Amino acid sequence: MKQNKSDPFIPNSVPSIRDKMLDAIGIKSVEDIYASIPNEIRFGGALNLPSPIRSESRLRKHVEQILSKNRNAQDNINFLGAGCWQHYVPAVCDEIAQRGEFVTAYGGGQFGDHGKWQAVFEFQSLLGELIGMDVVSTPTYDWSAAANSALLMACRYTGRNEILVPETISADRLLQMYNFVRPVASIKKIKMVSNTGLMDTSDLRSKISSATASVYFENPTFLGAIETGAYEIVDIAKSKGALATVGVDPITLGVISPPSEYGADIVVGDIQPLGIHMYGGGGLGGFIASNDNPELIAEYNALLVSIAPGLRPGEFGFDYSTFDRTSYEKRGLSPDYIGTTQWLWAIIAGVYLSLMGPVGMNEVGKTIMERSSYASKKLGNIPGIKSPSLSNLFFKEFVVDFSDTGKTVEEINIDLLDRGVFGGFDLSSQFKCLGQSSLYCVTEVHTKDDIDFLTQSLKEILT
Amino acid sequence: MTQPHDNYHAARWNEPIIMEMGSEGQRGVLVDETDQAILEEIQNPLDSVPQNMLRSSKLKLPEISQAHILRHYTRLSQMTLGFDVTPDASSGTCTMKYSPKVNEAICRNASVLDVHPLQNPSSLQGILKILFDFEQIMCEISGMYKYSFQASSGAQGIYTNACLIRAYHESNGEGKQRNEIITTAFSHPADAATPSVAGFKVITLMPGENGYPDFQSLLSVLSERTAGLMVTNPEDTGLFNPHIPDMVKAVQDAGGLCAYDQANANGLFGVVRAGDTGFDLCQFNLHKTFSAPHSAQGQGTAAVGVSEKLAKFLPTPVVDFNDTEYVLNYDRPDSIGKIRSFLGNVQTVIKAYSWVMSLGADGLKSVSETAVLNNNYLATKLMQIKGLDLPWDNNVRRIEQVRYTWKQLCLDTGLTTSDLARKMSDYGLQTYMESHVPRLVDEPMTLEPTESLSLDDLDAYVAVLKDISAQAYSDPESLKGAPYKSASDQLPQNQFNDPETWAMTWKAYKTKRE
Repeated sequence: MKQNKSDPFIPNSVPSIRDKMLDAIGIKSVEDIYASIPNEIRFGGALNLPSPIRSESRLRKHVEQILSKNRNAQDNINFLGAGCWQHYVPAVCDEIAQRGEFVTAYGGGQFGDHGKWQAVFEFQSLLGELIGMDVVSTPTYDWSAAANSALLMACRYTGRNEILVPETISADRLLQMYNFVRPVASIKKIKMVSNTGLMDTSDLRSKISSATASVYFENPTFLGAIETGAYEIVDIAKSKGALATVGVDPITLGVISPPSEYGADIVVGDIQPLGIHMYGGGGLGGFIASNDNPELIAEYNALLVSIAPGLRPGEFGFDYSTFDRTSYEKRGLSPDYIGTTQWLWAIIAGVYLSLMGPVGMNEVGKTIMERSSYASKKLGNIPGIKSPSLSNLFFKEFVVDFSDTGKTVEEINIDLLDRGVFGGFDLSSQFKCLGQSSLYCVTEVHTKDDIDFLTQSLKEILT
Repeated sequence: MTQPHDNYHAARWNEPIIMEMGSEGQRGVLVDETDQAILEEIQNPLDSVPQNMLRSSKLKLPEISQAHILRHYTRLSQMTLGFDVTPDASSGTCTMKYSPKVNEAICRNASVLDVHPLQNPSSLQGILKILFDFEQIMCEISGMYKYSFQASSGAQGIYTNACLIRAYHESNGEGKQRNEIITTAFSHPADAATPSVAGFKVITLMPGENGYPDFQSLLSVLSERTAGLMVTNPEDTGLFNPHIPDMVKAVQDAGGLCAYDQANANGLFGVVRAGDTGFDLCQFNLHKTFSAPHSAQGQGTAAVGVSEKLAKFLPTPVVDFNDTEYVLNYDRPDSIGKIRSFLGNVQTVIKAYSWVMSLGADGLKSVSETAVLNNNYLATKLMQIKGLDLPWDNNVRRIEQVRYTWKQLCLDTGLTTSDLARKMSDYGLQTYMESHVPRLVDEPMTLEPTESLSLDDLDAYVAVLKDISAQAYSDPESLKGAPYKSASDQLPQNQFNDPETWAMTWKAYKTKRE
């Protein structure tokens, strides 16, 4: 039997089919199709690429062998957070995330892709309930992209060009923000209160002005604190005619006040905690939300899906709302842009919120706070370690100060890694004022045994 | 000739909105309770939270049992025509191709799913090796010098290009002076939008008599203010602008940089390389051209490539190899900083790497040759359909996609291209792409069949459009209400744009409509 080496992904690579098609077109060779490309830029040789691994079995082995060099948070105990967090992913989330219909869909319209549109509208609705807002966008790339776009929205809405942010914001986020807003706005940093990490409201009062478009703060802060000054910060912003933009971790909101309760104008955040694996950071997905204010909605960059009654009773249809404000329509006059983002994760975040329901969201928030309290306390009992090192309330992340141990966080983390533990995020380069401190993240995935193993490991490393 | 599948009917489950499902007390999943041993050692942390920071509003999420949630979302998936379900030549400019399942299977592994981006790089050697090796592959495919995979969509990749152009001119002390980016009307809207976001004034060249801007139109806008050129080629029309080498040189002679948006590169593997054409920057969509799935509009990755003189400006970090292991290099003082959090969508890069490794140089060439063969076969067959034409010169072959015009049919019948596009849904096909803005082609239709469609798929697609054309001439009224066999109906559009009726959440809908 003649061996068939046509590519499984390229059905018309079979020579006889190819010849039939060339005949139908009336050309001798595919080269005739490229006739419009000037010879001077034609690539003459063959690409110098690795030899192909054509069988699926060998290919899979090749890639999986490379990936096996990664260490993962299943076989190790992970206490890293700092913008990407390990939470439990229910099996139904994984199941829906594998549906080929969703995975291989793209920008299909409301007829062909009705189900995708409904799932994304449901995401907007579920998240809207959680954060207490009437308008939620389709996803942005991540929390940082959402914050960037929200802050420029605030600039256009207020006609102002200054943004105030807490100095505790993550370095990763701040680098994105500087790059993004600088053609339009300037960023001023508000100091933290040194013993709590919360926003110093007297510094805020001294820096806010009639040029301030928005005061941005996070709850929890990057250092894990529940921002108990939220009401006061929002009041200060509003007293100067600035918008209050709040970044929020949605998994806190079954127990902690949603930003709507303390008067936020715009809410942003990341949906990765809601049933989405970390994917080395590829699990992130942002959102923007606000009240149903048409003048503010006119400034959204993100796509917004609206519902409408169907033609038959009990049915519904979906379409984009006010698409003409987007960069697809405004082209060279766009103040912001949108494109492909992280829609599959929005569908999964919707599945997660449906699974959890009101009781589940309350329970997960509560158990995270209990476990992180326990971990913080246990670490604080180790001689030389100050934990929590800041005197604030925290949710799942807290600062641990190793300064008095005589070791650096980097050294300690290397020793922990040898024991199968991913230690907390090293804060010592960004937060010099905190000395050798580390940001630990404890969630519902951490058992008492995991936390006790960390404690025991640190005791051994530090003696 | 293959007959159109006119017995089709979409799944139409009439699924309720999830907010209305279930009953009080039902649970979808149970949360692991805190061990008693932990509770005994701590005080209830909620007791120390001030009352005004505890959630006071009732959380009105639905309460639904697990199987009902699964069934709901499974049914929604069944009302979604991904590429796994339908051979999508309709989504022109989107490069809909088969996303091999082996690459999905590879990424369904704790080494991909459950890794944290801030892990010690020594514990991320697998992902870092793939990022490093794929960078070498992309350099060879494109002739560029260095790559970043941080940007997570085509638009974000093009935005990155704009930021890199800005950084280059600033480093030469020309940041204020060089404030104009030139693009073309048939380049993707992001080639105009993202430089605007980066602070540039945008000049759009209009097509000349051949369907693309002529060289003179470019010369007339070049000046000491020129920061750069940002274009696709082939453009949305499928036409390859042969003046591009001259345009690139002219822009560079004027002191500008040239960015090649490779969104339309599926016909060009091993045929044309950005670097050989003289481009300073480029970006490829790994979720389109390199087969990683489109994921219902993301996750995506833009591979952003640059020439040697721009390498130092790329986003931070970059992956280096120090003779023993792969490391993340953050020491980059000239970098534009960060475009996206952490390392971007690394899972998309893994899938793209695996795809290229399965094909090699010959396989990639076969991808492109088959994509352009399929496209030209489709065009040849479609030209036999009444009322359908090619704008501009019929004798110039389009590369991997075509923007057609139904102008004649619409003049003859009083219909619009949207009436025809909607009708596609009655055959189990996606509503076709008409055109990006600006709509310079009358009654447009943009199709891109890629290498993944078989000859039978193409013949069936032609048969559907032929059938629709016949119906348009025989009974035009019947198309105005289409589709009839889809998962949803045509609805009045004004209600989605009127503040009185738009509703982005179920809560808003209930308030406005009940």
